[in-house]
Amino acid sequence: MTIGILIQIAQTLLAVLLAPLLMGWVNQCRAWLQGRSAPPILQPYRTLIKLFHKDAIVAHGATPLLRFAPYVFFGCMALAAGIVPMVANDLPFSPAADVIALVGVFALARVFMALAAMDIGTSFGTLGARREMLVAFLAEPALLMVVFTASFVANSTQLTTIVEALAHRAFAIYPSLAFAGVAFWMVAMAENARIPVDNPTTHLELTMIHEAMILEYSGRHLALIEWAVALKLFTYSALGLALFMPWGIAETGNFAAMPLAVLALLVKLAAGGFALATIETFLAKWRLFRVPEFLGTAFLLGVLAMLVHLLLEV
Amino acid sequence: MNLSSPHPVNVAWGIALFLVAIAALSPFLRLRRRVLLRALMPAGALAALALAGAGFAGLTGETSALALPLGLPDLPFRLRLDALSGFFLVLLGGAAFGVGVFANGYMRNLDDTTLALYCLWYHLFLAGMALVLLANDAYAFMVAWEMMALSSYFLVTTNHVIPGVRRAGFLYLLIAHVGAVALLLCFGVLQGGHGAYTFDYMRGAELTPFWASVAFLLALFGFGAKAGLVPLHVWLPEAHPAAPSPVSAVMSGIMLKTAIYGLLRVSFDLLNMQLAWWGVLALGLGLVTALYGVVFAAVQSDMKRLLAWSSIENIGILVAGFGLTLIFHADGKGALAAIALTATLYHAINHAFFKGLLFVGTGAVLHATGQRNLGRLGGVMRSMPWVAWLTLVGVLAIAGLPPLNGFVSEWLLLQAFLMTPALSQSFVNMLIPVAAGTIALAGALAAYVMVKFYGVIFLGQHRDPKLAQAHDASGAERLGMLWLAAGCVALGLMPVQVIELLAPVTELLIGQSLPNAGSWLYLAPVNADRASYSPLVFLLVVTAVTLLAFVLVRRLYHGRVRHADPWDCGFPEQTPRMQDTAEGFGQPIRQIFVSFMRVERDTPDPFDRHPHYSGASLDKLWFGIYEPIARLAGWLSDQAGRLQHGRIHWYLIYSFVTLIFLLAFAR
Repeated sequence: MTIGILIQIAQTLLAVLLAPLLMGWVNQCRAWLQGRSAPPILQPYRTLIKLFHKDAIVAHGATPLLRFAPYVFFGCMALAAGIVPMVANDLPFSPAADVIALVGVFALARVFMALAAMDIGTSFGTLGARREMLVAFLAEPALLMVVFTASFVANSTQLTTIVEALAHRAFAIYPSLAFAGVAFWMVAMAENARIPVDNPTTHLELTMIHEAMILEYSGRHLALIEWAVALKLFTYSALGLALFMPWGIAETGNFAAMPLAVLALLVKLAAGGFALATIETFLAKWRLFRVPEFLGTAFLLGVLAMLVHLLLEV
Repeated sequence: MNLSSPHPVNVAWGIALFLVAIAALSPFLRLRRRVLLRALMPAGALAALALAGAGFAGLTGETSALALPLGLPDLPFRLRLDALSGFFLVLLGGAAFGVGVFANGYMRNLDDTTLALYCLWYHLFLAGMALVLLANDAYAFMVAWEMMALSSYFLVTTNHVIPGVRRAGFLYLLIAHVGAVALLLCFGVLQGGHGAYTFDYMRGAELTPFWASVAFLLALFGFGAKAGLVPLHVWLPEAHPAAPSPVSAVMSGIMLKTAIYGLLRVSFDLLNMQLAWWGVLALGLGLVTALYGVVFAAVQSDMKRLLAWSSIENIGILVAGFGLTLIFHADGKGALAAIALTATLYHAINHAFFKGLLFVGTGAVLHATGQRNLGRLGGVMRSMPWVAWLTLVGVLAIAGLPPLNGFVSEWLLLQAFLMTPALSQSFVNMLIPVAAGTIALAGALAAYVMVKFYGVIFLGQHRDPKLAQAHDASGAERLGMLWLAAGCVALGLMPVQVIELLAPVTELLIGQSLPNAGSWLYLAPVNADRASYSPLVFLLVVTAVTLLAFVLVRRLYHGRVRHADPWDCGFPEQTPRMQDTAEGFGQPIRQIFVSFMRVERDTPDPFDRHPHYSGASLDKLWFGIYEPIARLAGWLSDQAGRLQHGRIHWYLIYSFVTLIFLLAFAR
């Protein structure tokens, strides 16, 4: 148990500390693919440190909600990173929240950010909140369909059990997981505000979604948000890996496999980050009202995955 | 009757009588406001709490029954308090206590007559609902049901000087009675042709599958009309906003649940069989209702109407859970039916608390600002922090966010959906992914609706300068809201204990309860490997991480803050009109789901110096179903009117023809 708690804390810390690195890596890959000279891979850390040193500027008339929300956002993302098996499978905290609760954590963070964006009452803030909620209400059911498919396959909604079932049992091919994997990818792009749904590097206010929400933030609040965003991307990637490519995650009680598991995680994340950058390079941002089509497709794929599972695999 | 330890049913009956007595006294105390406000209304709130206590005793203890020396000769009222009634009494009393305490502060500004009448009808309403839950024969049930419907009609029409309120009240009364007729027919079928209308007899009656299905369909129609199941929902978004806020809270939070109680009572207790297709029907109707309700909630601009539509959504979720229970039960999967039923009951009590909280919250805002239109509110959090923070609890709960109570019932319901591969009919299995998807979509949309509701009312800049002077809730109002918010938190944090309390109800209805495979801290409906959830640990960790982040940031760096004007991308002028209006926030939903609604818009001329914009998203079902029915009724009465000429010889001919007819055929 105590070892489990240590592993739990270590894994969460690993995610929190490595998250900006993944962001830097994706930015770097994208710069290479687009033929630009890349920023250093450690640039996100420098940005965070710079922001932490700056004064926080809070608009007149802001309620405590505005200053409180970044901490909640960060806390929720750290919690999410703690639930998803990344390196080891014996996480003592995992029974407290299964995969449905994980979706709930993301929703909690999002609602707080959307409310905080509406707090000052600027035009861009409310616009961002509305669009974020629009993307979310389309993406959340699709994400639930994906995790339901995985939990049908593993007969559990407990992430550790799912990983145990998928990674350490006899190898089997699940056609349903292929559909679910594509749906998950689409949802992950939308939820992490990536192209084609949102552009993380945009400077054109009218096309912003996520950035419009956080326009009023600065200093340490902005740093926490940026860090939490990186952590969200990291957690989503780890969730995708845990559901669809869980090989390499150490079994319960198998401590010797852990260094290898860390290595496997890093390799998988590097490959995933490169793939993300490639897709972002070859796609353009879609206009907002094509997002329902995009996420509707993801939702349908998720439902199809469940049907395929029920038809072929039961 | 043993007076040293009275049966719970006697206590509950006594409290109902006490409520009736309060109601009867109040018209005589019309000119003594202090007595009404300081004595009668607090006594009513405490009586509600006592009712919850009696219900709790009935929930955990033995079933007790009572035949009253009231009613017609040879047809006494029979009452019974079993676990199901007990649970719904707890729901009734728990939520009504909070609302009653709130109302004590809220109703102070009414004039004497209105206050006395409110006191009369409100307490009759509570007594009526309690008697509906206690009734043990069809006669008592229908009398209590009418008492509830009529007293709530008078409560809805409290502001009867406004024509729209009278219209809403009439619509409510009409649909309530169409439903009541269906219930009467339902009991007629249930007694099986023997003329005995006690529930005890109905439990033993042997019905053929055909007549059982007829009874079920009539019950679904009758109770569906009360619950606001699509397409019988049209009265709900009219009546709830018309009523004073505490009444809306009780109607939405509690009265709708009496319909769920009735559905459970008839389907699982009185009927001797349950067929799977009933469940599929209820599931389908519930899902349609849930989606329809939440989509319309997203496009509303009136805060109480928005909440009324959201109640329709929640009723849809409850009926879907009920349908899923029927499907599992008819398939012989008792353990799974127990999960679905537990989720349904859990959601019922959750909804009573968070919807009650939100309605009284809007009441406090309405009281302080005189505005129900979202387009004229905004920034209320700054002037009314108590109401705002307590409402936030309700908002997070109803949006289904962990670790509050809305999430627990949603989680349990989704777990029940995930169990479906165990079903024997494969076509139902195929339906379930679609059903689970719809529930997930409705839940996600509910979060959208709630961000709109909270953001537009409480956050942002004041859309009207007067809002800065809005006063916060009074002491009693705060206390009432605090009770309801505490209920949301407690129900959210202690699911294991709540589910243990629900066990007698599921035991009574489907003969099985939901075992918890986890410990007192971890909720695990099947086994710990399958799924588990612990809100307390969840809350502790989130709080700990959040605090840790806060302390670390402050320690390692600094806590300096500067205040400045909003940045807003350097745009220099900020006016409150630049924020999203309610219509603006709902616009994406309107655009996506436009096929559900009829959008009527009146856009001003671009050169108009004082532009007026109006837009409404109207319910297509109203035009598709109700208007044709109204036209048909109008046409029929026109035809009937042809018989009347006002000339006496025609009427003499009618009487003569009738007489001949009777002589010829009715020998």
